[in-house]
Amino acid sequence: MKAFAYDRASSAVHAAAASARPGAKLIAGGTNLLDLMKLQVETPTELIDINRLPLDKIEDTADGGLRIGATVRNSDLAADRRVRERYGVLSRALLAGASAQLRNRATTGGNLLQRTRCSYFYDVTKPCNKRNPGSGCAALDGFNRMHAVLGASDQCIAANPSDMAVALRVLDANVETVNAEGEVRFIPIAEFHRLPGRTPEIDTMLKAGEIITAVTLPPPPPGVQIYRKVRDRASYAFALVSVAAVVDLSVGGIRSARLAFGGLAAKPWRVPHAEERLVGASAEAKTFDAVATAVLDGARGYGSNDFKIPLTRRTLRAVLMQAARI
Amino acid sequence: MDEKRDTRFLLTRRAVLETATATAGLCAALPQVALGAGPVDAETVSAPVTVELQINGQPRVLNLDPRTTLLDALREHLALTGTKKGCDHGQCGACTVLLDGRRINSCLTLAAMHDGQPITTVEGLADGEILHPMQAAFVAHDGFQCGYCTAGQICSAVGMLDESRLGMPSYVTENLALARTDLTEAEIRERMSGNICRCAAYPNIVAAIRQAAGDPA
Repeated sequence: MKAFAYDRASSAVHAAAASARPGAKLIAGGTNLLDLMKLQVETPTELIDINRLPLDKIEDTADGGLRIGATVRNSDLAADRRVRERYGVLSRALLAGASAQLRNRATTGGNLLQRTRCSYFYDVTKPCNKRNPGSGCAALDGFNRMHAVLGASDQCIAANPSDMAVALRVLDANVETVNAEGEVRFIPIAEFHRLPGRTPEIDTMLKAGEIITAVTLPPPPPGVQIYRKVRDRASYAFALVSVAAVVDLSVGGIRSARLAFGGLAAKPWRVPHAEERLVGASAEAKTFDAVATAVLDGARGYGSNDFKIPLTRRTLRAVLMQAARI
Repeated sequence: MDEKRDTRFLLTRRAVLETATATAGLCAALPQVALGAGPVDAETVSAPVTVELQINGQPRVLNLDPRTTLLDALREHLALTGTKKGCDHGQCGACTVLLDGRRINSCLTLAAMHDGQPITTVEGLADGEILHPMQAAFVAHDGFQCGYCTAGQICSAVGMLDESRLGMPSYVTENLALARTDLTEAEIRERMSGNICRCAAYPNIVAAIRQAAGDPA
């Protein structure tokens, strides 16, 4: 690990100002950052500890939603009574991620900022445009089983590893931030993570000196909530494919549906026109296959991850059949 | 060889580790002296931080390089070698300790982040000579083979039972609305998935935890 100066933030605005200094990074749970620092993938010269800031509350909002502080631990969020009863997809997604020990430390804000688990990003002896812009992408022709099949570029095919973010995407969450001037803004989760394009080193829309203070959830959408994760072992593994779904069924058919996908891209994937195909449709296999085709429009495998395309199709069908109790 | 004379040279493992730590510290200090204030050296200076950790009920004050993980503070600075270093990347669970009663990976957190906070290690579970019920259950069920993961397994299992008593759900909990979940074998296996046992003593670990779960700690 490279040497760094350690400091504790006295306020969110102070943390935002400090984070703008070259080489400075915030630390909360540290479960991803310290891992990367040990490998010298991340080499901050200054760490600003935000664990003692009062950002660890889950509060009801006036509109009937929730405001989740940035340092609320993943385990506490998953276990919160309101989340379990009204946002089950979020609770399920959190519980599908990492291990109990990691969830006891990992935070809401940190989960959104975790880096990809691409093995070439982690290996400082290999080219990686995300870690070292301009050095190339070893994953394009390498071991790319875990990598993106949607929204990738010839610069980077890394996938976002978060389960939580997939649930936040299906719930239309907003990311609340503050900057060094104390200005607050809300970034829709749909816009928060970036696709790689020509600048894969930039993961999110956060500006320099802007930090996450909370995630806000609108009131829960109607319908049954499901999170289904497919992975190499039954627990404690990143998703190959995951599906977060909120499906509202009536006697005559589907009233509304929302679908978000993990493991497929550098951000949680959602295709509004695919969801619209479900509205008013009868819950049957033919409908589900048409939706999958719309979701996977433009999908492309890179060799070892070709299987993700049919796997997504089958996982989506399984989730929709579960929602429709077929 | 005279057996009586030999015993005078017997060293405990802990004493060997303490000597090794002191030697390593000396070696680490040497290059700084040798290199002087070159550009590399300027980059590698960390201002030390003073941390008071409440370890197993005892206040321990340490002056640490801020890079020191909680795990290294325990093992290298406090000679509490019960907590094990496995992968050092949060993947194996051997380093599990209880932070304010909650299980965490001590390898993925900095000691400096826990000033004033209570930490329980495997050394702090027993009440004198009386084993913690979880330790006794692991002995009774032979919940280990080589034993390297055991301290982490036991600390994790103690934290897991508390989580379960608080009604925290897991990935395999069918009904999230229920305030309590029975600790079935499936629940225990899912909740303990952050602790790897390379000897695969899992059946006996699960049996030990099931016993301890029915035996108030």
